[in-house]
This record gives sequence, C-alpha cells and structure tokens, in this order.
Amino acid sequence: MTGTQAPRIERVHGMFLTMLLIRAFDEAAGDARRVGRLRGSVHEYIGEEAIATGVCANLLPTDYISSYHRGHGHCIAKGADPAAMMKELYGRAGGVCGGKGGSMHVADFSLGILGANGVVADGVTMAVGAAQAVKLRGENRVVVAFFGDGALNRGPMLEALNWARVFDLPVVFVCEDNAYSDRTRTASVTGGPGILARAAAFGIPAETIDGNDLLTVDAAAGRFINAARAGRGPQFLHAKTYRWRGHLALDKGLYRDPAEVAARVAEDPLARVAAWLIAQGVAAATLEVDRREVTARVDAAVAAAEAAPWPDVKTLFDDVQDAGAPAWR
Amino acid sequence: MALMTYAQAALLALRQEMERDPTVWALGEDLGPEGGVAGQYLGLQRQFGKHRIVDTPISESTIMGAAIGAAICGTRPVVELRYADFGICAADEIVNQAAKIRYMLGGQVRVPAVIRQPIGMRDGMAAQHSQSTEAWWIHIPGLVVVAPATPADNHALLKTAIRCDDPVVYMEHKELWAATDEVNAAAEPMPFGTAGILHEGSDITIVTWSSMVPVCLAAAGKLAARGCGAEVIDLRTLWPWDREAVCASVAKTGRLLVVHQAVRVAGFGGEIVAEVAERMFGSLKTAPRRLAAPRTPIPYSEPLETRCRIADDRIVATALEMIE
Repeated sequence: MTGTQAPRIERVHGMFLTMLLIRAFDEAAGDARRVGRLRGSVHEYIGEEAIATGVCANLLPTDYISSYHRGHGHCIAKGADPAAMMKELYGRAGGVCGGKGGSMHVADFSLGILGANGVVADGVTMAVGAAQAVKLRGENRVVVAFFGDGALNRGPMLEALNWARVFDLPVVFVCEDNAYSDRTRTASVTGGPGILARAAAFGIPAETIDGNDLLTVDAAAGRFINAARAGRGPQFLHAKTYRWRGHLALDKGLYRDPAEVAARVAEDPLARVAAWLIAQGVAAATLEVDRREVTARVDAAVAAAEAAPWPDVKTLFDDVQDAGAPAWR
Repeated sequence: MALMTYAQAALLALRQEMERDPTVWALGEDLGPEGGVAGQYLGLQRQFGKHRIVDTPISESTIMGAAIGAAICGTRPVVELRYADFGICAADEIVNQAAKIRYMLGGQVRVPAVIRQPIGMRDGMAAQHSQSTEAWWIHIPGLVVVAPATPADNHALLKTAIRCDDPVVYMEHKELWAATDEVNAAAEPMPFGTAGILHEGSDITIVTWSSMVPVCLAAAGKLAARGCGAEVIDLRTLWPWDREAVCASVAKTGRLLVVHQAVRVAGFGGEIVAEVAERMFGSLKTAPRRLAAPRTPIPYSEPLETRCRIADDRIVATALEMIE
C-alpha cells in the first residue's frame, strides 16, 4: 500500500470494525430474544450495517442523530457503549436508560444520540426540531434523522420534510430502504414514483445510493452532511438495503420469497468491505482476528448484562415528572 | 397592579420570560402579524424576530414533534395549538414522546415544553372547536395540566409553565380571553398544585376550574343571599391538584360538589369525588355530586349548546338539594 492510501484504508478498516460490532451485537440480541432471555421487541439491523456506519463516520461527536425502532446500529455507530446497551436490552441496572427503555428506546445524550423510537417517523419530527434548536442557539451541529422506507407513508414524515425546507434546517434525512414496512412490501402500499420523488417534491436535494456499499455511503454521506453543515439546508439520502431477518427477532419473515432473500443476502455489506480491504493488501488473518475480538467483546457484554442486578423497584417512580410525581401507594 | 385581559396577561408573561431567557421561543400558526387567535402573541415577533416567534405550516404533528426535539436540545419551546380540539392532532407526540422521554430514557433528559391548547365552548364554535379535553392529559403520567381562570393566574402560571422542566399542557379557556382584572406584572411564578379559595363558606365545597370559576362564584353569591355558605375552590392546576385544600374544605363543610365544562362521564370530577370519598368518607354528610356536560358532541345551535353548559342556577339548585 502507498502512503497516500494508508489513511483511507485505516478509515475503512475502522468502519469495518464498527460494522462487525453492529452485526455481532444484533446477532447476540436476536438470539437472546429468541430463547426468551430478552423481552419485548428486538429489531435486528443485520444486513443494513453499512448505512449507520458510513453516515456516522462523517459526523462530529457534537452532532445529533435520531433513530427508530431498528436503532441498535445507529447508536453503536455514533459511539454508544455496547455493554451499557446490552444491559438496557436485558432490563438491568447499568443499562443506558436504567432498564426503563429497552431495545426501542436506547439513547445516549452525552453522544448526541436523541434516541431510538417506538413510533414510526416520530424521531424525524424530533430531528427537525433539534435542528431548529441548533439554529436558534447558533451552534455548529448537523442532525441526522434515520428512518425506514415505511416512514414515508406517515403524515408526520411528510410534514417534517416540508418543515425542514421551509425553515432551511441543517438536517440530513437518511432513508434506510429495506423494502419492507413491517411485514408488508413497501412498494405494494406506496403510490407514485417513489421515495426520491417525495423528497424532491419538497425541494430537498436527494439521491438514491447502494446502501450496502460502505464506500458509496461514506462518500455520499460526507457530501450531504458537509452541505448541511455549510448552511445549504436539508438533504435526503435514499440508501437501498435489505433486511436479512424478519421485522422482529421473533418474526421468521416467511412472507418473503426465499430466492429474494438469498439474492439480497448475497450482497452482504460486511463481506464487500472485507473484500475491499483484502484487495488493498490487508491480511485476511487480520480481519479474522478482528472478528474474534469483536465477538469476544459482545460475548462479554452479554455475560455482564446477564450478571448485572435488576433495577431497584423503587426506581419505577423516578423521572416521571417533578410537579405531580407519583407517590408510592 | 394594572387592569388587563386574560389574553394580555398571558402575553405579558411570555414577553417577560422571553426577555429573561433567550432559549424561550414559541411556534404555531398565525403567531406573527395576527398575534395568535386572541392576540396573546401580539407584537412579540416584532420584538424577538421570526426565529423566536415562529409561524408554522398547519402541521400539528411536526409543530409538537419539532418542539420536543428542540426541548431536548437546550431550548424551551412554547407550542400554540390554537384549540384543544387540534391538540388531538398532536396527541401522539404529546403522549408517546413528550410525556415519556424523560422516563423511558432513564432521566437522561427533560422535555421543557409548554403545550398551549385552549379549551371550551365559545360563541357557537360547534363540535370540533369547543371541547374540554383536560381529563385526557391528566390521565397521562409525565404531563402537568394547568387551567387558569383569571388574568392574574394566567400571568403567574404561564411563567411557571415556561420555567418547568417537564411538559406542561396549558389550557386557557376561549371564553376567558377578554376577562379583565388586576394583574401584578412583577408577580412571581405561582407554584403548581396551589388551589385558590375564592369564596369562603362552611356549608358546601364547590370545586371547579377555568371558565366555570366565575359561574360558581355567581352561584355562591346567590347561595349567600339564601343564607348558605359555599366555599368555591379554583384548582388552577389539575395535575398536580391541591388535594389538601379540597380535603380541608370538605372536612369543614361535609359536602362536595364538582363543576366542570368537560363531559361528566370519565371527567376529572369523577377522580376528585373518588379521592375525597376514599380519604374521608366518614366526614361526608351527603353523597358528593358532579355537574358537567352531557355525553354529547357540542352542538352549534344556541339553545342546544346552552343545554350543555352549567348555569349558576343549576349549581344553586344542586347545592340547596345537598344542604337540605
């Protein structure tokens, strides 16, 4: 490798590690849910890792992201501690939200992570408001709103696109188009020419990219985030990807054609980055060591979460509100 | 002290808070040149600029959602939803996000937003512009609910709401906008959960709020003329509500009548009656009563709408039945 290529390879290798971590985390979380060690909803991000990783690699620590129900990957890519996240999924003391949120409400405000969210598109309206606060306070921050293709059929999403344009806000909309709205093919419930046209209708610069190609995501996100930071208003990135698993850990996704699943899984974004790194001269053995280390890190997070104490039941009454807080009755 | 309307008192409070704290801002429809539906924002956009008095599209979900996003990122938004009926358009954001973010994120962040949504019947506005929805919000953990009845209270309570670190559903009453009374511009914010005893009496406790306060006071005057002492309590804030003031009064009178403009069924009066009955059943001389709207949509035609309202004579008659 040449001296000028080395920083680029190092950057991509760093992103590869993030993608590995996201995949290992969600494989562990999904498995834990399937055997009943976790409760509630667990939405795996497996197969979509390149998007969160490539986008967040272009953000500053002070930038904000808002996320949605499939949010583990965004939090990890923005720097959240997987051990504290795993404790949250296990509902234990020491979880990032004290065990009160679980998988769908992982957040870390110290890292600008405004939260995963259990209501489709609600994180998007909050993102435009966060951008409004950035503008009002004269701060140099960009806000990224992650959402799925299903969100484009909710009214608040369309309101938020209009809002971001009207108020010229520093927000980058990132649509992770995995082709399914829960268990329904999005194309079968979406009118008109498609997602890109909806963004364009509001006068927002928009582009469709291969969301399974990390280098493409990295480059496009860099351009869009820089544009937003430079005061050029909202931007819209439409990243096409595929959800390898069902909507939830407990959904086997049997409504999908197995041939479709096999073809799309073959586009594995992680394998593509590994191939690129090897082509640049990184030893395959190095990547194997990476895999083992990341797996060990996630295994340790799971073990720590399973060993962690439950929250004190008295915390049930904490943080409801100040005036009118509930009394123990 | 100065004479001003209920709308002017709110305008004064918002101006004072915006001067005091540069992170306070307001958003909603028609706030700028028109100054809001009742002039409660008049002149503020000229003073503070379009970035702090923000005229929005008719997008209630995003008005509320954006306010929440801005509230968790270091500002104090005042949301104007015009009518409580349109607050329902933003119910998801209020209930699923604003009320729960602090809790479900383990106390990492607060949502200091004021959610103004005026309630009540006024001048034949019919079924979609007349509702009193306060009980909907009282039911939701995480929300404070305020319903001021006087210009002075609207001034002091709006200040408290803006300084509150939790989301406050702030329910002014459309029929009170023009109500005029003395306001002390230098008044301190009024703590939530502090009821006002506006008329003293020892025969019956009448608990009420918002536009029913003047009606209950008129009834108390008529009862006094008949030799009956009614104690009229204005709750001012509905969550938290001043249980101590209500229970102390009922301990004295032994009789409780709750009057509100919202629908009687599953209205907040039911909660007040239940709480008093559970705490002090033995002190009651007669069964508590409620006077409130029937469970119908609010009709347009004047005699039909009037039938939904509680008149002072009905309060007098009910109080006399309870006392005799």
